[in-house]
Amino acid sequence: MSKKITTEDVKHVAHLARLAITDEEAEKYSEQLSSIIDFSEQLNEVDTSNVEPMTHVLDMKNVFREDEPKDWITKEEALKNAPDQKDGQFRVPSILD
Amino acid sequence: MSLLDLTIKELQEKLSNKEITVTELTQACFDRIEETDGQVKAFLTLNKEDALAQAKKMDEEGIDADQFPLFGMPIGIKDNIMTKDLKTTCASEFLSNFEDPLYDATVVTKLKEAKAINIGKLNMDEFAMGSSTENSAFQLTTNPWNKDYVPGGSSGGSAAAVAAGQVPFALGSDTGGSVREPASYCGVVGMKPTYGRVSRFGLVAFASSLDQIGPITRSVEDNARILEVISGVDEMDATSANLEVPRFRDALTGDVKGLKIAVPKEYFQEGVDDQVAEKINEAIDILKDLGAEVDEVSLPHSKYAIAAYYMLASSEASANLARFDGVRFGKRSEKADNMIDMFKLSRSEGFGEEVKRRIMLGTFALSSGYYDAYYKKAQQVRRLITEDFEKVFEDYDVIVGPTSPTTAFKIGDQIDDPLTMYANDILTIPVNLAGVPAISVPCGFHPENNMPVGLQIIGKHFDENTVYRVAHAYEHKTHHNKQKPVIGGVN
Repeated sequence: MSKKITTEDVKHVAHLARLAITDEEAEKYSEQLSSIIDFSEQLNEVDTSNVEPMTHVLDMKNVFREDEPKDWITKEEALKNAPDQKDGQFRVPSILD
Repeated sequence: MSLLDLTIKELQEKLSNKEITVTELTQACFDRIEETDGQVKAFLTLNKEDALAQAKKMDEEGIDADQFPLFGMPIGIKDNIMTKDLKTTCASEFLSNFEDPLYDATVVTKLKEAKAINIGKLNMDEFAMGSSTENSAFQLTTNPWNKDYVPGGSSGGSAAAVAAGQVPFALGSDTGGSVREPASYCGVVGMKPTYGRVSRFGLVAFASSLDQIGPITRSVEDNARILEVISGVDEMDATSANLEVPRFRDALTGDVKGLKIAVPKEYFQEGVDDQVAEKINEAIDILKDLGAEVDEVSLPHSKYAIAAYYMLASSEASANLARFDGVRFGKRSEKADNMIDMFKLSRSEGFGEEVKRRIMLGTFALSSGYYDAYYKKAQQVRRLITEDFEKVFEDYDVIVGPTSPTTAFKIGDQIDDPLTMYANDILTIPVNLAGVPAISVPCGFHPENNMPVGLQIIGKHFDENTVYRVAHAYEHKTHHNKQKPVIGGVN
């Protein structure tokens, strides 16, 4: 059985998902994801022509509330769990080379 | 007989009559946890100091217990439900340092307003992804009925803590069966309410179109009382339903005469253990004896539920878990020297295997060129599964079957095989896809491994009343829920 998802596909998807994976992991995910995709091919047995995709259980749309400012959290609180911070801001590694 | 075997009603009477204090009740939980959690390993974080301080304050204030629906009631909280200032990890390495959550989930706020006492945070499969709680980054929770067996998942800590008598009540969350399956495996009562019944604000999102918080208890009545407290519309969750919350306990009449019960033939097919099927048939006979009318029906698209669910839930998860980037909270990799590598390495170091697998699957299903074939197809099948339920509910009040095809399995037996693990949820997943409410109640023990079997009762949208009514009538007739496991010689 040919694999549905190659190690190259896996590496591409991992990049999109912002996950770092090793070559061995790529191999393993290629096998596991291919078998899950194979399993899900059974959905193709179902005739879904003219079936509207279901995105939500309840028949509700556009739930509005007043757009009023509220006390929420302070800057200090927002920074409390940050791995790194400086001058009241989140600090991250360089974005540009 | 321990204090922790009593119902909410009995405990509140004792508190009102000053036979016991809130401090004694709270301390009883921590004593029982100390006695048993070395084996069960249900709790990740204890809220001991704060809980006892609260209890002391409540005793000193001398408030009448009956003024608050859960006055002094000890409760455990699954660790994916946010608790202000109390560590919330989702059983993930990524959040292992998340000591200071900034706010309470709406359900936690409501429990506080009802004067319940939070005993601590309970183990789970990482980010609620799993059916055995083996995907926790921190510890293996064992089944109180036999420590070689899994407690089920993902709310395995919640179900095990209640079964072990550590806390009389707990909250779990259910995306594809994560309250009902562990409740079934641990022999306790677990409810997944209608989608929209309970606010999801502060529940760390896994699959937002499926997630619901639900109570795990020893009795149906206690379950109904807790759901009354945590239900209701919430401006912080736009998908919470703007409907009045019934007094669910009023539905517990003990009477099911003339109720129409449907039994789907698909719920007794492939993979369902013969002895489990027999226990369920015995339960159905009891409901017949009580005067319910029972017919066989068909939910023809049931067998496609797992495939549709894994596409949809993983897709939603891949988007929801994008927030874990190592910038604002959680663990950051120290190995990266640029931003993109920091995202990648932080996530790869912080997430466990199952979480990564689902993020990968979801990212793939949503990626360009595959969206229609996988994601949209699954959404279409979801509608057909929902329509199956709608058709049956035109003629019937509830649907009854097993919660899970088998009893609990042994630790280590399925963890290396994702598809086998996923199959445990085949009878609970359709319920989440359709958004209807369902409960699992204990219905006896498997004759070979002596592990508990769970009966699932499924109702119409927002008709938790009838689900509770049937569950309570059955429980009242059988008292399976009165049995307790012996842990390390203590009972």
